[in-house]
Amino acid sequence: MLLLIQYTLIFASVLTLVALGGCFSEHSGVINIGLEGIMVIGALGGALTMKYISAGSAAAVTILLVVLASIISGMIFSMLLGIAAIKFSADQTLVGTALNLLGPAIAVVLVRAVNTAESVDNVSSTVVYGQAKKAFLMNVGSFEFNWFMLIALLVLIASYIVLYKTKFGLRLCACGEHPQAADSVGINVYKMRYAGVLISGALGGLGGLVYITAGVSEWKFENGVAGFGFLALAVMIFGQWKPVNIGLTAMLFGMFRALSNVYMGFDALVALKLPSTIYNMLPYIISLVVLVFVSKKSRAPKAEGIPYDKGAR
Amino acid sequence: MSDGQRGKQKGSLLRNSGFQTILGSLLCIVIGLLVGYIVLLIINPQGAGKAIVAILKNFLYYPSAVAAKKYFGTTLVKASALLMCSLSVLFAWKVGLFNIGAAGQYVIGAGACLYCGLKFGMPWYLCLLAAIVAAALVGAVSGALKAYFNVNEVISCIMLNWIGLYVVNMLLTNVKEQTTPYTKPLTSTNKSALLPNIGLNKLFSNNDFVTIGLLLAVIAAFAIWILLEKTKFGYELKATGLNKNAAKYCGMREKTNIILTMMIAGGLAGLGSGIFYLTGIEQWMVQQTSVPAMGFNGIAAAFLGGSNPIGAIFASYFIQHITSGGTYVDKTMYCSQISDLISAFIIYLCGFVFFFKVRLNRYLDKRDERKGGGE
Repeated sequence: MLLLIQYTLIFASVLTLVALGGCFSEHSGVINIGLEGIMVIGALGGALTMKYISAGSAAAVTILLVVLASIISGMIFSMLLGIAAIKFSADQTLVGTALNLLGPAIAVVLVRAVNTAESVDNVSSTVVYGQAKKAFLMNVGSFEFNWFMLIALLVLIASYIVLYKTKFGLRLCACGEHPQAADSVGINVYKMRYAGVLISGALGGLGGLVYITAGVSEWKFENGVAGFGFLALAVMIFGQWKPVNIGLTAMLFGMFRALSNVYMGFDALVALKLPSTIYNMLPYIISLVVLVFVSKKSRAPKAEGIPYDKGAR
Repeated sequence: MSDGQRGKQKGSLLRNSGFQTILGSLLCIVIGLLVGYIVLLIINPQGAGKAIVAILKNFLYYPSAVAAKKYFGTTLVKASALLMCSLSVLFAWKVGLFNIGAAGQYVIGAGACLYCGLKFGMPWYLCLLAAIVAAALVGAVSGALKAYFNVNEVISCIMLNWIGLYVVNMLLTNVKEQTTPYTKPLTSTNKSALLPNIGLNKLFSNNDFVTIGLLLAVIAAFAIWILLEKTKFGYELKATGLNKNAAKYCGMREKTNIILTMMIAGGLAGLGSGIFYLTGIEQWMVQQTSVPAMGFNGIAAAFLGGSNPIGAIFASYFIQHITSGGTYVDKTMYCSQISDLISAFIIYLCGFVFFFKVRLNRYLDKRDERKGGGE
């Protein structure tokens, strides 16, 4: 049971972070389908930092450096979307998809290059970071507390405050609802949209790092992040683009994802004799079902996906 | 004045939308390859030139003409499956839907045709039909969710991709070889499920993987072009894509059209996996943890081909050519995924083609204006 809670919390943290990232981007008016790719790149930045950081570094320094690395790599990568979508009015779905393909491709090519440089026979796309990862964990009894759970909670609270209680957040939302109106009162729509995409890059990158450190101590980058970026988008839609709802939905989805890791520990579930594949499918099936119920009365930002053109009427 | 006339003609060629698309795609390819080259340079500057040449040469890597022809055949077989996936993406795109689920529909098609062939010993035409029908149904699910529940088709498609992968893995575990994670080979289990060669294999140094699948794919491309450009049904579909409400107002059944579109798109991807797996070229690995890249590369081919079915034929071949070419790079320095990186970057660049066209037209307008002022 404790294990289920632990995994639920860590997966929920991933989903919360990434979904909030998507939330910021969409509130500014840019659909970010590329979250999956951003997660991979963020994970890559974090994993490589963990690999190369000296084992003797203090835990706090390790955490800070690794987190920063993944945030920055996520932000840089998200700018590919930002520039294409905001400056060049590119189709956001197309560019987002390109990001999803580009992310894993870059990660595999880079990791393999690093591995092959170390020894010619090593052609795997795996990064091992067992030692450095321990900095993120703290045992409370038999419960393995992960600092990321706290970070996710703080980000959630911060997002709520920023979006609803600050000038910046309200302006950001205005750009996603009615950019012309926002522009008419002197808000720079382009700048706001860049800000939205950058925040989504930062949170997406961080989410990717959390995902690859959840439960394992090495990551094979050929697998990307197994559709988690898209699960996060489903969480965002189910959460109706509102931070608090997103947090709650993430818990629900996180639990279903966690079940596939720990269902062996429940006698009732083992007795059902379902193949483990069913549990792997569960989060995706649930999100499909959930989307059926909530998409009809969707509260998506009205102007999302439409490139802003100053001259348009 | 011959000079002026020539200038005018050249101007009108540059203004031709089709020509602009081709120009844009070529630019995407050149920049994409350049980026790939730079990445190779960063990884290891010594072999970068040789590696990019290897990618571009692909089967020409073999000095003997016989071997080169044989591997040319294999590249063509893979390109034909890719073409079907790109047609699937392109068809849905014309109707305003982004079928990122081509990958999942392709997987379902593979599961259906292999299961029918291996478990029930069905002949190839029934296996092919099973692949098309199963994939079309999966497409229809995304379409129905979009039409009736307003579920974003991109997200539902992604979810179905993963569900499809797990279902197919589970299904094909029943027909796998005992000692390996691969499905039994069709060549030894059920020869009747293999697509007929009708002598095409002779053209490619007896490469038995070359079958009527190649012809089917090209026929499908032309059929889709006719359907979209020359029929009332195609016109209705495109109108639905441009403005759902206007189409409804004009008496078109917009919901049915959306579902039908996704069904056809799914069917196309299913046919793609059918003509690939029923050649016996590859066995399915039942422990796969990621969706095969074919469907995603289909997106690249669709947009690189200017979302035109005929353009998709050339674009699919090109994408497959460099993907296959990636396997010939010097493995002590680089890995074959460099081709994936290049094709992913090409998709990214395709996002800029529209902007490129707008800029080009603006430039041409300005030039003509200046000319007009001078006269």
